[in-house]
Amino acid sequence: MAQAGRIKAKHQRLVLLAVALLVLIGAALLAAWALRNQASYFYVPAEIAARPPEPGRSVRLGGMVTRGSLKTAADGVTIAFAVEDGRARVPVRFKGIVPSLFVEGSGVVAEGRLGADGVFQADNLLAKHDENYVPREMKDMTRDQAEQVMRETK
Amino acid sequence: MTAELGLAALWLAAALAGLQLLAGALALTDRGAMLAGIVRPVAVVQGVLALVAFLALIAVFADTDLSVKLVAMNSHSLKPMIFKIAGAWGNHEGSMLLWVTVMGMAGGVVALIERRLPEPAMLATLAGQAFVSLGFYAFLLIASNPFERLSPVPEEGNGLNPLLQDLGLAFHPPTLYLGYVGLSVAFSFAIGALVTRQVGPAFARAMRPWVLGAWIFLTLGITAGSYWAYYELGWGGWWFWDPVENASLMPWLAATALLHSVSVLASRDALRAWTVMLGVVAFSMSMIGTFLVRSGILTSVHAFAVDPQRGSFILALLAINIGGALTLFALRAGTVSEGERFMPVSREGALVFNNVMLSAILGIVLFGTLYPLVAEAMGAKVSVGPPYFNPMGALFAVPMLVVLAVGPLLRWRRDRFSRVRRLLVIPAMLVGTGVIAMVALGGVALLPTLGFALALGLGWASVLPLKGRNLRRTPLPIWGMVVAHFGIAVSLLGMSCESAFSIEKLVAVKMGDATGVGPWQVKLDAVEPMAGPNWTALEARLLVRYGDHGKVMQLDPQSRSFWAPPQQTSESALLTRWNGQLYAVLGGEADDGRWQLRLWWKPFVPLIWLGGLLIALGGVLALFGRVASDLRRIFAREKIAYRRGRIAQLESSRE
Repeated sequence: MAQAGRIKAKHQRLVLLAVALLVLIGAALLAAWALRNQASYFYVPAEIAARPPEPGRSVRLGGMVTRGSLKTAADGVTIAFAVEDGRARVPVRFKGIVPSLFVEGSGVVAEGRLGADGVFQADNLLAKHDENYVPREMKDMTRDQAEQVMRETK
Repeated sequence: MTAELGLAALWLAAALAGLQLLAGALALTDRGAMLAGIVRPVAVVQGVLALVAFLALIAVFADTDLSVKLVAMNSHSLKPMIFKIAGAWGNHEGSMLLWVTVMGMAGGVVALIERRLPEPAMLATLAGQAFVSLGFYAFLLIASNPFERLSPVPEEGNGLNPLLQDLGLAFHPPTLYLGYVGLSVAFSFAIGALVTRQVGPAFARAMRPWVLGAWIFLTLGITAGSYWAYYELGWGGWWFWDPVENASLMPWLAATALLHSVSVLASRDALRAWTVMLGVVAFSMSMIGTFLVRSGILTSVHAFAVDPQRGSFILALLAINIGGALTLFALRAGTVSEGERFMPVSREGALVFNNVMLSAILGIVLFGTLYPLVAEAMGAKVSVGPPYFNPMGALFAVPMLVVLAVGPLLRWRRDRFSRVRRLLVIPAMLVGTGVIAMVALGGVALLPTLGFALALGLGWASVLPLKGRNLRRTPLPIWGMVVAHFGIAVSLLGMSCESAFSIEKLVAVKMGDATGVGPWQVKLDAVEPMAGPNWTALEARLLVRYGDHGKVMQLDPQSRSFWAPPQQTSESALLTRWNGQLYAVLGGEADDGRWQLRLWWKPFVPLIWLGGLLIALGGVLALFGRVASDLRRIFAREKIAYRRGRIAQLESSRE
């Protein structure tokens, strides 16, 4: 307490600045570390086949829903289908209400994780809503790959 | 005609903004001093002209003038009137016009009523405001003219994204914009203070109502946006860490920090440079938010048009404004003299600590939001979601909440923990009880446990500043603080309960069959088609009952198909009880005639938004208190001046 009076204003400002900077730099380093570990990467089926992500890590999978692969389980709310990109095919399981424009032969982005059994467990499905709202990865894919995909799968 | 009138008003307003900038800057020099008189009137007229342009846009939308390109692209003659009007700002061009309108009018109001600051600081402030506006006028007139005509005139318009055809959303963007733009005024004050080297309590008092007002609107906007996402998207969540949500959260975090540091500066004359810096950061976050949302760089329901020219235009504005302000700050920060000193354990110390925590959270949200863009530039496609934001945010939010409970009890300048220790016994016990209760329940994750316990403790601690006070005489700003802090506890309790106790049920049921979720029994009674003004829908009739003896109530979730533009949405149905909400979504029909239902029982979830409203109410109380005492001071001064005048008159008549 006694020394309070002797701390100069300028010193106090420097100390405050140093502490604030330290905390902010610490936060930035932590954030960078967490981003490397927690960011969810985007995969196409060929990449999953070549270099599968570690099981349990949250990733996103994008591709075309294989025609004839969509099956509904007995409970009426679990579906199984396959996503392909012309080179590989990944089985997907999803429990929930599918987006209205989710149909066989159209594009989809599934958020979830690859199970140990090789089946992709989707928590969420993103389908093309309308012209103005397309998942970003799918927009690139329809341009670069969709035609090729369609040609190869037909 | 109306469109041309609007365009003319917009050009004139832009020209006046140029004049305001020029006159304001010149008037600061010796030779241009005679220009000082015109700056305030010009600012007022600029605001009025911007309003005229905006009203003209609303008029062309209201009568669906399809010869205007923007109307043809975004409206439809069959749309209900309220959505025609809301459609005026539910698109890129219109929302930018709304931005400059609010900004122009805010500048006009500052010019009309703010008389406390020294005149040079006012001139620099108004010039700064004009500089920022001018960039946005250029953006509108060059890259996104809202009044552009279309030839040939189409038969019918394109319609509005059905997700946006919702009453709550009609008023969501204007609310956020009022917040964003209010921060532009704070930014201009900070610039004015830096230019004229007048960083002190007078500057803080002039800035404070604007920061408070902006913060209230941001709080309301975020609360409304969260509730909208909750019931409209039908996913049962209330916050998705979507880039667009983050774009509204970041200015709020900065504004919250600014709000507290500006109070310290106004009443204690400390934290001078820090407050100015936060003023710059807060508006920068508004602009980054606008850039993220409007540039099309992120795909989202909110990102209207993908137009690279617009993106680079906003980016250039961002660079000029933020870069310029930071350069000015770097040049002048050294000349801002130190404010009053304080000890680490003091009200100021607690406020500084929480300011740093808020800034750290802001940095974490900013990093997480921008990381996908950076990664994409380097060739990797990633997305960042709750697994990053929740723990990283909590790491700094938890210490912040602890200090938030203690800080208001401390004295200014210096204090001892031993003085407040006894007051904090009950909150600490509540925190302990909360943790024990959650652990005893079992299966609750760490963050909801901490959130629940802290909410209990903070709820108690937040009302302690009223202890020992005469409640009738307690100043409104104190009430505001208590209510807002209590609101944080309420909201936190809602969030924790939602994530700890929510029960989800996903089933396919036959007509007439019953199912259950938590304490509720739900029976699918019927599914019937119905029609709205621009949509058709399948509507389910669910008969629900709470417990075994509750009253039977009805819920009607819909699955809607809009035809302009063609799109399907699911309209969830909600039933609110005092202890939570039942949430129902109708899915598709399975092949065997069963209907998919997604049901949630979410205990205490409405507290999230109730807390948000309380936080905003706290802001309103504080604002009222501040404005009322300012007005009282002005009246008192005028009364004194009048009496002096009378005395002088009487004395002169006596002679």
